[in-house]
Amino acid sequence: MSKPLKQIHLAAHFPGVNNTTVWSEPRAGSHIEFSSFAHFARTAERAKFDFLFLAEGLRLREQGGQIYDLDVVGRPDIFTVLSALAAVTERLGLTGTINSTFNEPYEVARQFASLDHLSGGRAAWNVVTSWDAFTGENFRRGGFLPQEQRYARAKEFLVTATGLFDSWRGGEIIADQATGTFLRDARVGAFVHSGEQFDITGQFNVPRSPQGRPVIFQAGDSDEGREFAASSADAIFSRHATLDAGRDFYADVKERLARYGRTHDQLQILPAATFVLGETDAEAQEISHEVRRQQVSGATAIKYLEHVWNRDLSAYDPDGPLPDIDPAPGENTIARGRASVRMFRDPLATARQWRERAAAEKLSIRELVIATTARQSFIGSPATVADTINTFVQADAADGFILVPHITPGGLDKFADTVVPLLQERGVFRTEYEGTTLRDHLGLRHPDAEADPSDQRVAS
Amino acid sequence: MSATLPPLHLAVALDGAGWHPASWREPQARPHDLFTADYWAGAVAEAERGLLDFVTFEDALGLQSSHPTEPDTRTDQVRGRLDAVLIAARVAPLTHHIGLVPTVIATHTEPFHISKAIATLDYVSAGRAGVRVQISAKAHEAAHFGRRTFPRFGIQELDAPAVRDVTAELFEEAADYIEVARRLWDSWEDDAEIRDVATGRFIDRDKLHYIDFEGKHFSVKGPSITPRPPQGQPVVSALAHRSVPFQLVAHSADIGYVTARDADQARAVVAEIRAAQEAAGRAEEPLHVFGDLVVFLDDDPTAAATRLARLNVLAGYEYTSDAKIFTGTPIQLSDFLRELQQAGLSGFRLRPGVIGSDLPAITRGLVPELQRRGAFRRAYEAVTLRGLLGLTRPANRYANANIGPSEPEGTVGP
Repeated sequence: MSKPLKQIHLAAHFPGVNNTTVWSEPRAGSHIEFSSFAHFARTAERAKFDFLFLAEGLRLREQGGQIYDLDVVGRPDIFTVLSALAAVTERLGLTGTINSTFNEPYEVARQFASLDHLSGGRAAWNVVTSWDAFTGENFRRGGFLPQEQRYARAKEFLVTATGLFDSWRGGEIIADQATGTFLRDARVGAFVHSGEQFDITGQFNVPRSPQGRPVIFQAGDSDEGREFAASSADAIFSRHATLDAGRDFYADVKERLARYGRTHDQLQILPAATFVLGETDAEAQEISHEVRRQQVSGATAIKYLEHVWNRDLSAYDPDGPLPDIDPAPGENTIARGRASVRMFRDPLATARQWRERAAAEKLSIRELVIATTARQSFIGSPATVADTINTFVQADAADGFILVPHITPGGLDKFADTVVPLLQERGVFRTEYEGTTLRDHLGLRHPDAEADPSDQRVAS
Repeated sequence: MSATLPPLHLAVALDGAGWHPASWREPQARPHDLFTADYWAGAVAEAERGLLDFVTFEDALGLQSSHPTEPDTRTDQVRGRLDAVLIAARVAPLTHHIGLVPTVIATHTEPFHISKAIATLDYVSAGRAGVRVQISAKAHEAAHFGRRTFPRFGIQELDAPAVRDVTAELFEEAADYIEVARRLWDSWEDDAEIRDVATGRFIDRDKLHYIDFEGKHFSVKGPSITPRPPQGQPVVSALAHRSVPFQLVAHSADIGYVTARDADQARAVVAEIRAAQEAAGRAEEPLHVFGDLVVFLDDDPTAAATRLARLNVLAGYEYTSDAKIFTGTPIQLSDFLRELQQAGLSGFRLRPGVIGSDLPAITRGLVPELQRRGAFRRAYEAVTLRGLLGLTRPANRYANANIGPSEPEGTVGP
């Protein structure tokens, strides 16, 4: 135990369009008005969080051929709302999820470089990929991509964008009014990229931004995703929020870094985590059950079951037993625009297991769905939650957490007011921001400070 | 005579240190700050202090150039720029009344992304968003995307048949682009979010609409991921010099910027746009025609011209523009604006020669002069950009789609 205490990184995920977000109670505010985003961001900054995180989905979800109406629907444009948030915060990092399938590198690179300039070095990009033609229907270039090409596309997109970020090295702008020299060299921003996905050439038009490049996040969990993260990301938005799964994932990914000449501190592992706070642990448990019932209404439970059964189950009573018919065979077509349906790789087996469990524990459809879907990651008094988070981080199950409150916009307030001071008392979380950029908060080197000239990320 | 004229509208076009290529060398310029939020916040705050209707932000998907269609090799002018939508969003929470109108390039961007970006700008500014739509036929900018190629051409070849075909097609595409953006803004009805706890429904999905746009250049399904913005329809504008872009303005825009150099030209341009507007079936809809002018202002009538001459020396050539270059006093400019207004223009987009000095000359010299003449507002009279421009909040084209005929009403464009 002679190891020094690790410092915890904390981030705030604006509540999203899943059933984890509770919209049905009076405290639940707007998911689209800027005041909600501003409140949420200011709370995160007051608590000295590393960054705010926004997810993205470019087509409204559908189920059974209709727009899914039971969860929050409607989101802002990521870049626009992050740039506005830069005006109402001073230090908080601003992380946006931007898809590499439905965008072009030149445009995305200048948007992130602009955000980095306009926020004084606080921009981060969570690079995600898609391949579905369903979402592609909203885009002029379609966007259908064979599934096996999605990481190739994402990698090449990131390499291409990195080439654009690095096409200005800093120091090009002289702006000497007396001599009339504005630019050191007229060929600033020159780039050439020729590859499978992109074949572009010219001059990038945004000067080097404060962080050099935005901080890069990766969220995939497959072997390819982990490798992509180890080679190219600064942080991972992971889903492994239990201690053992977290430690395995953490060890696996950190071990891969050496292959790319990178050190353990150059990739932060930040799982998403939900939480419920109470005065006491017992009260928190009670609140947790109530929140789970809000998250899984009867109607939501039926819709969730349809993901496995791949058929219309609207005739079933959510308070009654599970369907005795089997899931429809073949490709899952009932839910579209939703990644999670792919986790049911053997629907017949899943249905059998669920029926057995429901029979053994005498669970209704709704109770079964509540029981099988994830509980909140951290449930307890502020002291319990602070200790649990600290334990996870010190045990190398994570470097910190991206917290996902279930209420907009005030769902982070109590955490900021009660848990953060305890972490600060324990000496594992900052009491003031030490630097001004997101790289500073995350302990990441500026790209220009990287000693290794064979940096894998520099574009070909 | 001018006493019978209504107040005019006033906007300022922000670009770098100003529109003159040597503007960055003036003592009032802040050339080291051009890529900071503070610089832009300061300029927009100054415009808001002058009660202007809105500011536009120039943008392009390539470096600035002294050559109209190709990159150049100069190192003595401002090069590099930040994304205009992000600048507008960055200043939105710091301002309260002024409209924010970033430029977007229709040729290389996705209408779905831009529609939600402008809708979001409308949310973060509480109803002050607009957009200025531009095309790019530049071969080197197309190479930044690698998806299409255009022939290289010079400005003198604009009338060559091959070039005309390309630009005509890009304007046609821009019209589709605006149509898609507008349909997406309407793809959510205002009261689509119901939060009905009894049935567990967050939205009434019958109030969300597929836009099912299918055009020659692209198709877009919808609905938007962003709910209908506060203004319903943010303000759409475009700069137009010739017949083809006049058609775009007449068909699709709320404001057209034109470069008439005198009252006769203004009358002719307005007549052409009004005729095209009528042909497009929009005769009843309000459509502003603003005059674009580059301005160098000084209280001393000769000082402004002297300053322009000095800047031309610094630049090494005489600055020319698509728009008239005005030099003179705020009083002289007031006279000229009223004369052009008399000829049919309803407002002006002034391009400050040097932002550091000509923007304050507009807000602290021109505006008080216009106010003295009863030609400009003395306080902001509306909370949205549409409101400042006298545009009502439009009905949603899809609002009656469920009960009436399937053809939506109030549709703009082709």
